[in-house]
Amino acid sequence: MHDLLRVTWAVAAKDVLLEFRSRSAFVSALVFTALVLAIFNFARDPTAVSARDLAPGILWITFTFAGMLGLNRAFALERENRALDGLLLSPASRTAVYLGKVLANLAFVGAVEAVALPLFALFFNVPVLPVLGPLVLVIALATLGFVAVGTLMSSMAVNTRLAELMLPVLLLPFLVPPVTSAVQMTAQLFAGRPFSEALGWLRLLVGYDVIFVAACILFFESTIEE
Amino acid sequence: MTPVESAERALRRAVPWIATSLALIAAVYVRALAFTPAEAAQGPAQKIFYVHVPSAWVAFLAFGIVGGVSLAYLLRKDPRLDLLAESAAEVGMVFTSVVLVTGPIWGKPIWGTWWTWDARLTLTLFLWFVVLAYLVLRGAVNEPERRARYAAVLGILGALLVPFIYASVYLFRTIHPMPVILRAGGPTLPGAMLATLLFSIAVFTLFFGVLLYYRYSLARLADARAHAAAERRDA
Amino acid sequence: MAVASRSAGASRAEVAVRGLERSFGHVRALRGIDFELGAGDCLAVFGPNGAGKTTLLRVLAGLLRPQRGQVLLGGVPIERADARHRRQVGFIAHYSLLYDGLTAAENLRFYARLYGIDEGASVAERALGSVGLGERASDLVGTFSRGMVQRLAIARALLHGPTVVLLDEPFSGLDQRAAATLRELLLRLRAERRTMVLVTHNIDEGLELATHVAIQVAGRFTEFGPLAGGLADYRARYAGATAARA
Repeated sequence: MHDLLRVTWAVAAKDVLLEFRSRSAFVSALVFTALVLAIFNFARDPTAVSARDLAPGILWITFTFAGMLGLNRAFALERENRALDGLLLSPASRTAVYLGKVLANLAFVGAVEAVALPLFALFFNVPVLPVLGPLVLVIALATLGFVAVGTLMSSMAVNTRLAELMLPVLLLPFLVPPVTSAVQMTAQLFAGRPFSEALGWLRLLVGYDVIFVAACILFFESTIEE
Repeated sequence: MTPVESAERALRRAVPWIATSLALIAAVYVRALAFTPAEAAQGPAQKIFYVHVPSAWVAFLAFGIVGGVSLAYLLRKDPRLDLLAESAAEVGMVFTSVVLVTGPIWGKPIWGTWWTWDARLTLTLFLWFVVLAYLVLRGAVNEPERRARYAAVLGILGALLVPFIYASVYLFRTIHPMPVILRAGGPTLPGAMLATLLFSIAVFTLFFGVLLYYRYSLARLADARAHAAAERRDA
Repeated sequence: MAVASRSAGASRAEVAVRGLERSFGHVRALRGIDFELGAGDCLAVFGPNGAGKTTLLRVLAGLLRPQRGQVLLGGVPIERADARHRRQVGFIAHYSLLYDGLTAAENLRFYARLYGIDEGASVAERALGSVGLGERASDLVGTFSRGMVQRLAIARALLHGPTVVLLDEPFSGLDQRAAATLRELLLRLRAERRTMVLVTHNIDEGLELATHVAIQVAGRFTEFGPLAGGLADYRARYAGATAARA
């Protein structure tokens, strides 16, 4: 167990350090966020559509697509000098490698979300602060779900002919349950509805996380071992 | 008998079955069009239901087969299981597409629009995306063992996903109720219509089984030929 | 055609391979490899491209699973050993398995953590010193020359003190000086009684280091045995074996 934690942390720290030094994916994600904000601002008629109605959907589109920029990177960085072989040669458990990658990806997506959310609150004029607690919970749960599955998918996508293009194709159907739940709950929170009304979605999201994190841990070894 | 010869023989054996199933499908059409009463509100357009619903059943059956066979492959690493999963996915793709095409054809004359986010159609649409991802993934990996492993993982995860998409779509619908377009007729299905539906389901299931067998035999044949060619090169 | 033979003087083989087979789809990369090596033996494997030499090394390293046959390290089959097996094996290739975006020290400290080496930081420091990279410890690997990268890769491979060292074309792309450094190092490893399997196109280098020689063609050893006869002798037999195939 101690080994598992040690290796998980080592892999996560290494990935975060590498991304921090190059910053390429993070900057792309921020640029994407700014782009979405600007376009939706100019693309809608303020009298016809309220910003508040659009905000949850746009928020989650931004989180997932910016997140995918980071997910692609996770295994792509192991390709240079065949560093992945180095990981596989070591006695480190494959589960620890997977969890380390998930942790690093969560840090990446979390950082993007931490920047994007205040910007959205500002530009879409949505009341984030009063519901910050439940909102952060929803964001955390949905992000965990899509990062867990996205990390597994990217381990496969990186070895295909289509690489970066393959990841969205593989991942998009798997985003439907967590993102739908997140958007619905976010909308209800922004509309000031009591959280108890969202329990159905919350159960769905938690169920999704439990099942898919377990499944991805179970099947990661099959994607990585030859 | 060489593997190539036995694979060819399996293919030939399938042919009379294909002919029979096609004949039975024609029989279903005849019965549906001529011998089954039309539904009061929807008129003749409703009759596409006898193709739409059995196709949906078959699509989900195929999907379940892909999931189960994929799991078996990961456990036993038998390449024939991988070929079977691939065959089930391709045949399943065809039937899923039929559902997505017949749905709008049914809906358009009745409601005037081609597509609505009807719960069942939406579920089928996402199922279609998963099968598409499966087939695209298979096409994008060159090495056979890796392709089989990746496809198996995606197949299992895809099968796990279906109940969650179902839950998402139906939970959405209870909150945002939409007109239920595609209903066969009334709260219960009258006797004649039910009989036609069951007959159709049985025939479509048979047709699916036959197509699956044929596609699988084709895959086995291609594999046997490639193996024979590789052996000849070595000699 | 020489047949697989036991290396002389090994009471319990460090490395034993029996009937090893591995295919990729319909391509049979390994069609039955048998050999045994004792401590301190160095096996040089020569052969044309596509003979499956890299596949053989990857199976020995635990990166590929055998489909038929067995690989035993210290008498234990690799399926059962797993983590323990991995601690016994070091792998040096023509690619470095390092991260260009990390410093030399960070790379080695990371590997120390992967292998669960106690006091990883000081072990890493010592390893850097032993390959002459002590002063460059805080520099990014992306700034290193090819020779320096290879030295660091060797430090990485030996960090956990493996008893079996596998080398896949390690001399490829090295200049004279770097090649000389590598050769010295490998001779030292041999003196330390580590077992080595070396795949190389450079027959001179290979024969200088080897105690045993194998010629691999189309997934099989057409020859395996202790080093005997001179350089010219081997050149002729090697040319003969590869010509027969073509």
